[in-house]
Parts: sequence; structure tokens; C-alpha cells
Amino acid sequence: MSYECVIGLEVHAQLNTRTKAFCGCAVEFGKEPNSLTCPVCLGLPGSLPVLNQTAFEYAVKVALALGCQVQKNTKFDRKNYFYPDLPKNYQISQYDLPLSLKGSLEIESADKMKKIGITRVHLEEDAGKLIHLDDASLVDYNRAGTPLLEIVSEPDISSPLEAYDYLTVLKAILQYLGVSDCDMEKGTLRCDANISLRKTGVKTLGAKVELKNMNSFKAVKDALEYEIGRQTDLLSENKGIIQETRLWDAKKLATFSMRTKEEASDYRYFPEPDLPLFTIEDSLIEKIKGSLPELPREKSARFVKEYGLTEREVKLVIQDKDLADYFEACCKLYPKAKIINNWLIGAVSAEMNSRKLEIATLRLSAASLIELIKLVEDGSVSNLVAKDVLKEMLDSGKPAVSIIKEKGLAQISDTSQLEKIAGDVIKENGRSVQDFLAGKENALMFLVGQVMRKSGGKANPKVVQEILRGRLKNV
Amino acid sequence: MAISKDTVKYVAHLARIRLKPEELDVFSVQLEEILKYMEKLNEAEVSHIPPTSHILSLKNVFRADQVRPSLDVDAVLENAPKKKDRQFSVPKVIA
Ligand SMILES: [Zn+2]
Repeated sequence: MSYECVIGLEVHAQLNTRTKAFCGCAVEFGKEPNSLTCPVCLGLPGSLPVLNQTAFEYAVKVALALGCQVQKNTKFDRKNYFYPDLPKNYQISQYDLPLSLKGSLEIESADKMKKIGITRVHLEEDAGKLIHLDDASLVDYNRAGTPLLEIVSEPDISSPLEAYDYLTVLKAILQYLGVSDCDMEKGTLRCDANISLRKTGVKTLGAKVELKNMNSFKAVKDALEYEIGRQTDLLSENKGIIQETRLWDAKKLATFSMRTKEEASDYRYFPEPDLPLFTIEDSLIEKIKGSLPELPREKSARFVKEYGLTEREVKLVIQDKDLADYFEACCKLYPKAKIINNWLIGAVSAEMNSRKLEIATLRLSAASLIELIKLVEDGSVSNLVAKDVLKEMLDSGKPAVSIIKEKGLAQISDTSQLEKIAGDVIKENGRSVQDFLAGKENALMFLVGQVMRKSGGKANPKVVQEILRGRLKNV
Repeated sequence: MAISKDTVKYVAHLARIRLKPEELDVFSVQLEEILKYMEKLNEAEVSHIPPTSHILSLKNVFRADQVRPSLDVDAVLENAPKKKDRQFSVPKVIA
């Protein structure tokens, strides 16, 4: 029996406005607990919320970028529940008149373009933060009231990989718009997933399981994969799936039931009387539409056209707006887009990952990277050594040329030096020489490798190959 | 509309109010009377009035995204029944 999965994602993105959604407290991470609070975000009696215009416009911006229908009239509602991170005992959210409905987002998954529907994008406020001690929980309300965008997808996602791709594209769009920092580890971007399984070809949806507590895109993918396995096992044993919320445990790599009391949430939404209605005029929509930056799909199409690369080649660079800008800065200095792209998605990305830095914080100017790339292209330094030079440039801040000079890393193309090393290698590796003479091409690559090793990676591999071929002909 | 004791119990739970058994009786009668009174609204002729969520004609009230001073942490915690490490201390909410 085969099953297919139906996945919907609910993303919450903190907007990077200067102040909170309904009061003038600053939005800042890592400040002294409760130092960014006031009567409004503490829910003290008599206080009145007033909506942050920038937060509202950011929300409209995202809605438009996702092709949503921005609603003419929108209002806020109170979502009532008791939890200590919620000082008012209700969250200001949007219920029946959300800011926008019915958009979509295009992803490229397994080489195919697919449209994922967006059910709604609405604006709400974040809750505070709890720290759990042995005998009590501590509450910090600095985060309470931070503007939060809720982006709900249709259940159009049909694999964990598609979920991953959806999140990657959505994050890129939010970053291009400059409205959110989108850092899952810091919690400025959060994602819950709904998943249900059904027999292939059957129309009705199975029991829905909600997954929470994933703190990276990969965790979302892993949790969904785990859940498909768990539910498939249950179904094939003819056991039922319980509709419930499960938490992802990143250490045990498994989901666990939250085991809360089985009680349907009853949020008793009602209109927020403290916030009047909002009307979104066509003029505002036109103004915001006019201010939308080039979005990832448009940039990708332009890169393909302008730089002669394929969509697949530019995919990684496009996902990071700063990296895409950096790519263009490099291309202005040196017109070999493909080589630059390979460097960015290869060695430079590797350094960004291992140092946990962004292109902006890596301290590598486009000019100094291009200088290094040119040294590789004109044969002054080998590709292999260049990667170490890059590391050294990032560590010391010195330019490529001086590092190569100081450390004697220049590529050896001088045949007399290489002839000597090649002679030694041939003497020491009689077996491989025999293999090569018997027709095994691979044996030659092994010998080239040995020469490279003896030269400390500095030998020019093309010259080495020529020398070895020449010598082996005469053996 | 008759209000059962179970409904009163449920609503009390949602509001985190603990009721004594005899109060359940009292409130089920009272709530029923209140709702019955409210049903009078159904007699009003409203076909010419659009659905209304707010009674004021205010619209689009915004503030600029400008930081204003927050409260002093001492003042924030002044009325807290329990505090620790400059934070509100509450009964533990997860096991
Ligand atoms: Zn505040």
C-alpha cells in the first residue's frame, strides 16, 4: 500500500521595525529582561494600542510580493487564551477580515516548477519569552508585542523536500523585501507544519498532525520525514492516526506527542475594540507596488539573461540577496560570471558556513576576491592552494598577492623543478607506472596526485600531466 | 436558550474561575435570563444596516515607527506578586 502526504506550513516572521506593533517600545534582541516594556505591551489597565504604520506597510508589501489579494477593509481581533507569556490574556491578531488572502509562491522542486497556494497573510503580535527553572517559570516581556506576520500555506506541499524549498524561497522573498531578519535560530522566523497521509489516489484527507519546535529548515524537513515514516507504519498495521500536536526533538531526531489535555482550543475571537478599522486605499497599494524591489524570481531571470548562466547555476547565489549583490559587484570587476559564481557557491560559501558569517561580515571585498581569482586564472597560483590563500586572507585581512609571496605559494610551472619531482614519483611508484603502461588512464591521475603532494599543492597540474606523459612514453 | 450546568462549568474554565456547586445552579439561571434578554435584539429591524464591528467612525489610526522610552524595570516589576532575576516569576507552566 502506498501513501502520499499532504503538508501545509504556517510561518511566523518577526518584522524588523524599530518599534513594537502597538507601542513605542524598541524591538531589540538580547536586552535586559523586561527593559523594553510599557503599559501597552504589559497589558496594564487603561492603556491603548496604536498600530505601527511601518509594520502595517511591511505586511502589505509581503502580501503583494506573494501575489495576495490585499483586502479593502481589515480589522484586528482578540484571540483569547491564558498563558504567562501573554500579558493581556489575549493576543491581538486577525480573524475573519485578515489583511490579505489567496496568494501563491512558486518553487522549483526536483527540477519542476510548482505553485504553492498561500491561504492568508495577516499581522499580529508576538508573545513574551519564558525561561523554565526547576520550580518556576520566569517571564520576559521584551518580545511581547513585536509585530509578527503569519503566512499560511495551502496544503499544496507534497514532500518534505518541497516544504524545505518553499521555506527557502519564502525566506529569500522576505529578505529581498528587507522586512524581516528571518533567522530561525534567533526565532525571528518560525515554522509549524501540518501533515496528513492518505492512500494514493484517495481524495479525503487523513487525520492531521501538527508539528512544532523545529528550529531550522532542515529540522522541518527531518521532522516531516520522521512523521511520514511513523504514520506509514501505523497505517500499514491498520492503526489509526491521532489528531494531535507533536514536538520535534532535535537530539533524538523524533517527534513526541505534546500530551496536553484533549480539549479543542476555544479562542473566542472577537473584534479588538481598541483598534479602529483599517481601510487600504488603492493609492497605498499602488505606492507599495511601485516600491517593491526586484524579487528572487525576477533576479534569477535577469542573471540568466545578463550573465549567460543557467537558472540552476544561479540558484544558490539568488537565495541570498547580499550574495547576489556581491556577485554583481564581482562581475563588474571581472567579466567571467561562471568562474565567479563557482567561487561564490564553492570556496566562499564554505568559508561563510564554517565561520558562521554572512558575505557582509566575512570581510572580503569584491576587489580582493577578484584579485585572487585572477591569480588562479593566469596560472600564478593553483586552484587548490588558492583555497588556503582565501582562508589566510580572511584570517589576516592581507591581500592575496602578499600571502602568496610571503608563504612561497606561487604555482610551480617551471618544468625543471617539476621534472625532478616527476622523476622521483615514477621511481617510487613502479606499480602505478606498470598499470598506466598497461592502459589504465586512472593510474596517471594517481601519479599526478603524488607530484602535487610532493610539491605542497603548488605544482601546475596541467604541466605535471604533460611531463609525466612525456617521461612514461620513454620508460 | 437553556444554559446547562456543563456550559457554565465550561465557560468558567475558559475564564479560569472556580465555581462552587451551588454557584453552578445560580449562574445557569442567571446566564439564561441574560441571554433571553439579549434575544430581544433579534427583534430589531437591521436589514438596512451593514455589519458593524466598531461603533466609532475612526479609521486608519497609526503611529510612526519611532522609539519612545520604555518603563524602568523596577517600575515594571513593582506590582508583581513574585519576581526573580528582574523577571516575573510564575508557577511552572511545563513539566
Ligand atoms: Zn511597550
